[in-house]
Amino acid sequence: MAQVKMKEKAKVAIFKLSSCGGCQLQLVDAGEDFLKLLDHIDIVYFPIAKSENLDGPYDIVLVEGSACSAEEIEHLRKIRASTKYLVALGTCACFGGLQSIRNFEPTAKLVDMVYEKPPKSHPTKSFGIDEYVKVDAYVVGCPVEPSEVVEVIKSLLMGVKPRFPPYSVCVECKLRENECFLLKGIPCMGPITAGGCNALCPSSNRPCEGCRGPTKDPNSKALAKLLFELGATNEDVRRKFRKYAAASMAFAGVGV
Amino acid sequence: MSGGEKVISIEPLTRVEGEGHLRLVMENGKIKEVSLIIDETPRLFEAFLVGRKYDEVHEIASRICGICYVAHQITALRAVEKAIGVSVTEEIKKLRRFLAFAGWIQSHSLHLAFLALPDYFGHESVFSMLKSPEHKDLVTLGIKLRTLGNKLVEQLGGRWAHPVTCVVGGFSKLPDQKWVEKAKEMLKEGKPDAEKLGKVVAKLEVPDFTVDREHVALWDPKEYPINEGRLRSNKGLDISEDEFTKFILESTDPKTNVKRSKVKGRDVLLVGPLARVNLNYDKLSDDAKALADEAGVKFPSQNPFLQNLARAMELVHSFDECLKILDELDITAIKPKVEFEVKPGIGAAVTEAPRGILYHGYRIGRNGLVMSANVVTPTVHNVSSAEADLWSFGPHIANLSVDEATLKCGMLIRAYDFCLSCSVHVLRL
Repeated sequence: MAQVKMKEKAKVAIFKLSSCGGCQLQLVDAGEDFLKLLDHIDIVYFPIAKSENLDGPYDIVLVEGSACSAEEIEHLRKIRASTKYLVALGTCACFGGLQSIRNFEPTAKLVDMVYEKPPKSHPTKSFGIDEYVKVDAYVVGCPVEPSEVVEVIKSLLMGVKPRFPPYSVCVECKLRENECFLLKGIPCMGPITAGGCNALCPSSNRPCEGCRGPTKDPNSKALAKLLFELGATNEDVRRKFRKYAAASMAFAGVGV
Repeated sequence: MSGGEKVISIEPLTRVEGEGHLRLVMENGKIKEVSLIIDETPRLFEAFLVGRKYDEVHEIASRICGICYVAHQITALRAVEKAIGVSVTEEIKKLRRFLAFAGWIQSHSLHLAFLALPDYFGHESVFSMLKSPEHKDLVTLGIKLRTLGNKLVEQLGGRWAHPVTCVVGGFSKLPDQKWVEKAKEMLKEGKPDAEKLGKVVAKLEVPDFTVDREHVALWDPKEYPINEGRLRSNKGLDISEDEFTKFILESTDPKTNVKRSKVKGRDVLLVGPLARVNLNYDKLSDDAKALADEAGVKFPSQNPFLQNLARAMELVHSFDECLKILDELDITAIKPKVEFEVKPGIGAAVTEAPRGILYHGYRIGRNGLVMSANVVTPTVHNVSSAEADLWSFGPHIANLSVDEATLKCGMLIRAYDFCLSCSVHVLRL
């Protein structure tokens, strides 16, 4: 990975596609670390926070959300063409997000359920943005961790690969000495979900729901088998896998 | 400058959550066209919630909005609990009330310091304010207050954005007495900052612009309403949350294709801080009311620019409410969650999200799965209200240059604190 020019400040842009807007705010909420980053970057496009927004070329673009309409897909392609590095920010951009739940039904039927007349833009299925463009780095999470957004920007500035946990939520859960939900007979997505949240939900007495998407080489089939053994129906298993990252290859095909 | 055609175009709308744009055309000092368009792609939450389980509805609904997730979670929880026949304890209600006010602290301080104030001091953003010796401290103040609100949500909710401890029937886990003491200390330390920001907002010069709008908010005889209450208005509306869809109606404007909501038999409505302060002024804390005196403003007011002042008053009030709740709370005696069985049924709830009344309605089937879902967010009402305001804004911008008029229109729109990601959810008739 080539180093972004360091003589001038790197030009950073933050774009939003279909999403809740929460991940881009996590960057602002990184507090001190974010303010320190401003010594090295110029945020030149960030409409939620700025009124003067510049067109590209950019050095680093963070894209929040998934591209869910013809307009958004075209917009995404233009964004890709305008930047050196493209970062998928959050589970929507990485794996389609919660709106990928709808991928298994005809979108037109779903639109009819919500709107009496067709809306201005027609939603399509929801995939991670790498379905349409090349992505240089992924920050997972719903929402992303502020420290991980800072990490990805710092790494790109230095020309190194960002370091994210290569293990699943289970590893962090064991380190926190939580009682295992699966051993108690309660379905939990921890074994196949990307770590980095410090096992937040299991530590808060709730099973993991998989909001960070699949970990590296997840054994989805083995977990599905275990869930069946615990008495889950096919629909139950499908609901578990088709949630935050229903569009990911690792989760989409489970429980069909 | 008043002759000829003048086009005001803000595309995209900036310092507003989500994607949208404004086009306003004036000819010879008269407004000919106003289109305030939301460019968000619908995410169809109401459709894909169907078939999901009752206990994950609030977790999914939280992701409708990256700022007012607390309000979406609590509203969804209350609606689902009503549908399946669960009653939570008074203590759990109090903790949810605390969480909701903490949510207001983070949302209101974000809006005031980061989104609204730059206009009033001639800056395009907080980034430019940070470079100005005169205004840098205001940004730091905003960051401090937002961080405090975030921390309060995090300590009780497990995480500040999309909290995780809220569950059907109560909380999955509660903090201990140490948290109560720590939170009190944080609130006491932070309150002077809220008042400081409030005083800055109170001193802002705003146009003398009055409209005649129906203001709708929750109302409660004793408390400043946030998680429950009756829906009331300055024009005589007085209904329960179960009657929401009978009285707040929605239609499509054929000219602009913008959805408009209306009060049955009347016109568009304004919701949010100004409506709440107007209808519940007597229940605000003394320190919150002091800001109105500081500004020399008497409520009720019909000036939409004063939404910022109302928001600042609520920011201060939220500190007082949170402190009051903690003072009355014996956290060691609270059972985190009530036991329940899931019964099929229908439930609706209205709460006061930071931006105004938020409606969630669900039908839950025998198997505990969602059969239908309906969400109406505050921005759906406020977009119509802002558009109506702009139609009567002509005299205030007729003699201004295009740049100045654009700024003034932007300030008016920003006073509403839109949340456009939320707003692509509409009522089905």
